[in-house]
Amino acid sequence: MGIELIMIIILIFILLGAIIAVEIKDLLSAVISIGVVGFGISIAFLFLQAPDLAIVQIAVETVLLVLLIRATIRRDIKSTHSHINWAGLICVVVLCLGLIGFGYFALQELEFGKPAITRLEEAPSNHYLKQGLTQTGSANIVTSVILDYRAYDTLGEASVLFTAIIGALAILRGIARKKKGGK
Amino acid sequence: MNGMSPIVQTVARFVKVFILLYGIYLTLTGHLTPGGGFAGGVVIASLYILLTLAYGKKFSLKYFPRKLAGSLDSVGALIFLVVAVLGFYFGGIFFANFLQKNYPGAEFSLLSAGTIPINNIAICIKVASSLFLVFIIMAVARIIDKKDGSKDYKQDQEKE
Repeated sequence: MGIELIMIIILIFILLGAIIAVEIKDLLSAVISIGVVGFGISIAFLFLQAPDLAIVQIAVETVLLVLLIRATIRRDIKSTHSHINWAGLICVVVLCLGLIGFGYFALQELEFGKPAITRLEEAPSNHYLKQGLTQTGSANIVTSVILDYRAYDTLGEASVLFTAIIGALAILRGIARKKKGGK
Repeated sequence: MNGMSPIVQTVARFVKVFILLYGIYLTLTGHLTPGGGFAGGVVIASLYILLTLAYGKKFSLKYFPRKLAGSLDSVGALIFLVVAVLGFYFGGIFFANFLQKNYPGAEFSLLSAGTIPINNIAICIKVASSLFLVFIIMAVARIIDKKDGSKDYKQDQEKE
């Protein structure tokens, strides 16, 4: 069974989960359907030989998202009202057509499942693959890229997370500051 | 937030050690096998979220208070930054892997790759504590609809 057939089956699975998540009335069921989408993407990463991404995907989108929304959801907003938003629908259709067109023309140039670096000999990825173990000593090339060659990016991500936590703490802090002369 | 049924509590009691070990394993062997600091931190944070859901807010805040989570968040970010600045001091470049250059470990062993395991541990501490902090803040806040249509944010009343 070729990789294309497996990917088509997984993508149909993901699409079914996404459609159910949009159309279902109960909010908790919708969140679990989103978890199904994340699980499908994780399996797809596993078949495309990216186990690092698969672990992060299954931890964040399947476990953490469902747990977070299960914990923070309120009991009295279980059902949603559905009405068709025409402007949003047109935007989504145009965006989907654009993405399909982009994918079609991109796959004309590249073979599916073959990395782009095989066509370019002096790409930095080739250097990482050949010299990564001797230069950084890390057997996992992905880790050697994100924490050695491109550690500056990771520092930026860490500071983004830090700033987001500070903002959330400032807005939702437990003890409100007392106003002068107020209640 | 109160706990859940005894079935959930018993399952959580059996499973929690394995989840914690898996998170630590992902972090410590991040430079050898797939995984790394971010994935390990998310796994450990989801363990604490599971304990909060199963046993209630008071139980998990007793072992992981909010102030400790905030401090660990800052400590993780600080370790990451200190390693980067030490690379500038010893290796000449920001984020230079000075430990690997001076004391290279055996390949494919746990003590190898210089500063990469230290960074992994720092990111694990940071991600675990900050995700737990976000969960606690969001689980405590409630949106209250007032009678005149406006909305009000309110925190749970109990003191920690």
